[in-house]
Amino acid sequence: MRRLTKLSAVAAVAALALAGCGGSDSEGGSGSGSDKTAASDDVCKSADGDGPKIGLAYDVGGRGDQSFNDSAYAGLEKAVEDFDATCVEGEATDGEAESAREDRLRNMAENGAVAIVGVGFAYSESVNAVAPDFPEVNFAVIDGFDPDEDANDNVAYLGFAEEQGSFLVGVAAAQKSKTGTIGFVGGVNTELIQKFEAGYTAGAKAAKPDIKVEVQYIQESDLSGFGDPAGGKAAATGEFDKGADVVYHAAGGSGSGVFDAAVEAGEGNFAIGVDSDQYLTATDAQKPFILTSMLKRVDTATYDFAKSIDAGKPLVSYTVYDLKADGVGYSTSNKSVISDLTADIDSYKEKIISGEITVPTKP
Amino acid sequence: MTSERLRSIGLSLLAPAIAIVLSILVTTVVIAAVGSSPGDFWSTMFEVPKPRLRVDILNQTAMIYIAAVAAAIGFRMGLFNIGLEGQYTIASFAAASFAGAAYLSGLANVAAAIIVAMAVGALWSGIAGVLKTTRGVSEVISTIMLNSIAITLVGYFLNTRGVKEGNTVHTKNLEAGSTLGGFAPFEDRDGEIWALTIIAVLVGIGFWVLLNHTRFGFDLRASGQSESAALASGINPKRMILISMMLSGAVAGLIWLPALFGGARNYGTSFQAGLGFLGIAVALLGRNRPLGMLFGALLFAFLSVKSNDLTFGTDVSPSIVQITQGVAVLAVVVTYEVVRRWRTRLEQRTVSRELAGANGATS
Repeated sequence: MRRLTKLSAVAAVAALALAGCGGSDSEGGSGSGSDKTAASDDVCKSADGDGPKIGLAYDVGGRGDQSFNDSAYAGLEKAVEDFDATCVEGEATDGEAESAREDRLRNMAENGAVAIVGVGFAYSESVNAVAPDFPEVNFAVIDGFDPDEDANDNVAYLGFAEEQGSFLVGVAAAQKSKTGTIGFVGGVNTELIQKFEAGYTAGAKAAKPDIKVEVQYIQESDLSGFGDPAGGKAAATGEFDKGADVVYHAAGGSGSGVFDAAVEAGEGNFAIGVDSDQYLTATDAQKPFILTSMLKRVDTATYDFAKSIDAGKPLVSYTVYDLKADGVGYSTSNKSVISDLTADIDSYKEKIISGEITVPTKP
Repeated sequence: MTSERLRSIGLSLLAPAIAIVLSILVTTVVIAAVGSSPGDFWSTMFEVPKPRLRVDILNQTAMIYIAAVAAAIGFRMGLFNIGLEGQYTIASFAAASFAGAAYLSGLANVAAAIIVAMAVGALWSGIAGVLKTTRGVSEVISTIMLNSIAITLVGYFLNTRGVKEGNTVHTKNLEAGSTLGGFAPFEDRDGEIWALTIIAVLVGIGFWVLLNHTRFGFDLRASGQSESAALASGINPKRMILISMMLSGAVAGLIWLPALFGGARNYGTSFQAGLGFLGIAVALLGRNRPLGMLFGALLFAFLSVKSNDLTFGTDVSPSIVQITQGVAVLAVVVTYEVVRRWRTRLEQRTVSRELAGANGATS
C-alpha cells in the first residue's frame, strides 16, 4: 500500500515532467469547479442498523440542491429512521462520462447495497447496463425508463404524475388572480415540462374558464434553462408586465429569478414554486410572494422503494406516483395567502383521485 | 557536454515537478481547510485502479487526448480555439444522426460517419476562421458564441427530429453492424477499450508528423511564433488562419466518436460534455507537445475516473480533483515561465563567467 502510493506518486510526477517541454507562451487557466464536501450530519455515517443497505446515486447537483436530490435524501433518512436501513451515497460531477455513472452503481453493489436508487432519468442507461450483472440487487430510477426491449426484472422505474399536482396549483393561481391573467415559466420546452404546463392550464381553466394563461419557456432545448435565474426573471417579468399576477415556474434552479420578479412586481403578485416546498428555502424577501409549491415527492418514491426491499417484495417495472399515492401535491406553508383556497383545491384533488377529472399531459 | 545536457534536461523537468508539488499542496490544503482528511484522499487516489477503471481511464485518455491535439493545432498557430466544445458537440450529433440513419451498413457507415464528423467540425470552426480573416473578429469571442449556438442548434434538432423515450430524447440507435465495441482486456463486465480509441493514436502521430516533417507544419509554427516574420518569408497569414482553424475543428469533430461507436449507440443522455475544455487544459499542461499532452491526458483521465472512488470510504467530494487539475495547469504555465527566466539568467551568468575566465587567461 505504502509502496504503491510512492510508486504512483513517482509516476504522476513523471507524467507531469514529460508534459513540461514547452513552446508558446499562451496563458490561461482551466475551469476549476466549485468544491462541495458532504455535510457532516450525513445520516449514512451514523446509520448502523440491521436493515437493508441502500445506495443513493445522486444526479448532478448532489445533496444540498434544495430540490430534487435533497428530496431523495429525505426519503432515505426516513428509511433509516423507520426500519434501520444503512446506506451509501454517490455524488455525480458535472460533465461526467456514462462510464462514471456505471462505475458508481457497480461500486455500491460491490459495497453491499441491496437496493440502489439512481436519482434522475440520466441513470436510465447505466442502470440498464449494470442491473443484469447484479441479479441479487434491486435498482430504481427516478423519472427513468427502460432503454431497450429486454425487460429487467430487478429494476423499478419511478415516475410522477406532474400534471396532477400542476392542476392543483393551477386552481390556486386562478382563484388568487384578480387580473384574470396568470403565467407559466418553463425551464426547457421538453415533453416533461409540457406536462407541468398542461396540468396548470387545465386546472386554471377548470376553476375559471375565462382565465388567460401566458406561457413562456426560457430555453427551447438547452438544459441550461434549468439553471438560469436571470432568464427566469426576464421571462416572469414579461408575464407580470402583460398583466399576470400569479406565475408558476417549472424551471428548477431558474425559479429563484421568478421569485425575484414577483418581489419586484410588488404586493398582490405571486409566484408558485416546484418540486419541493420552496417557501421553506426561499429568502425572507421572497417568502410573502410564494403562494404555494407543486410538490413532486421524490422522497416518497425513494422511501417506498426502500420499504419494498425491507418487506421482501421489491418494486419492479413502472410505478407512477400520482395524487392517489401522494406522489404529487401542493404545499400550504404560506398560510396567510393560501388558507382560504385550500378547501376549493382539495375538492378538485378528490375529483382527480376519484377519476371524475382526467388531467391532460399535453398542452 | 553530457553534464550540460543533463542539466538542461533537469531544468526542463523542474517546471512540471514544481507544478505537481504545488497542485498536491494546494489540494491538500483545501481538503484540510474543509475539515476532511488529506491522507484518506491521497491514499484512495493512488490505489491501483480496479480493472474496469483501468479500461475507463484508457478510454477517457483517448478522448481527452484528441481534444488536446485539436486545441494544440490552434495554439501552435497562436489561435485560441475555445470553440472545441461546440465543434465536437455539433459534429458528434451530426455523426450520430448520420450513422443512425443507416444510409450505409457496417464499416462503411462508420467510415462515412467519421468523415461527416470531421467535415461538420471543420465547417463550424471555419465560421470563426472566416470571421477572423475577413472581418477581424477575435476567434476567442466568435468561438465562444458559436459554442452556445451549436448547443442550441443540437437541442433544437434533437427535439424536433430525435427519438423520444421516457423523459429523454436521442438520435436513432446505431444498427448492430455499425457498433464496433472494442477489446475487453479483463472480464466482460469490466468493459471494453473502444475500437476507435485508435483515432487518438493516429491523431497524435499525425500531429507530430505534420508539425515536424511538413512544410505546412513549419509555416504553422512560424506563423505562431512571429506573424511578421512568417509574412516576410512568404506565408499567407489569412490562409494559414483559416486552414489551421478548420483543421482544429476537424480533429475536434473526432473527440466523442470512440464512445459513440464503442458503447453509447446514440447521441443522448450518454453524450459526455466538457471534453473540449478539458482538451484546452491538457494542451496547456502538455505545452502543445504530442508526448507531453499524452501524459497530461492520462493524468486528467486518471484523476477524473479515480475520483469516483472518493465517494466510498472518504468524505471528500469527487469535485475536488477539478481543483487538482486546475492548479496543475495554472502551476505549469506559471512555473514554466519562472524556470525559463531563471534558466536564461543562469546561461548569462555561465557565459559571462567563461568570458571573464577567457579574459583572465589572455591578460
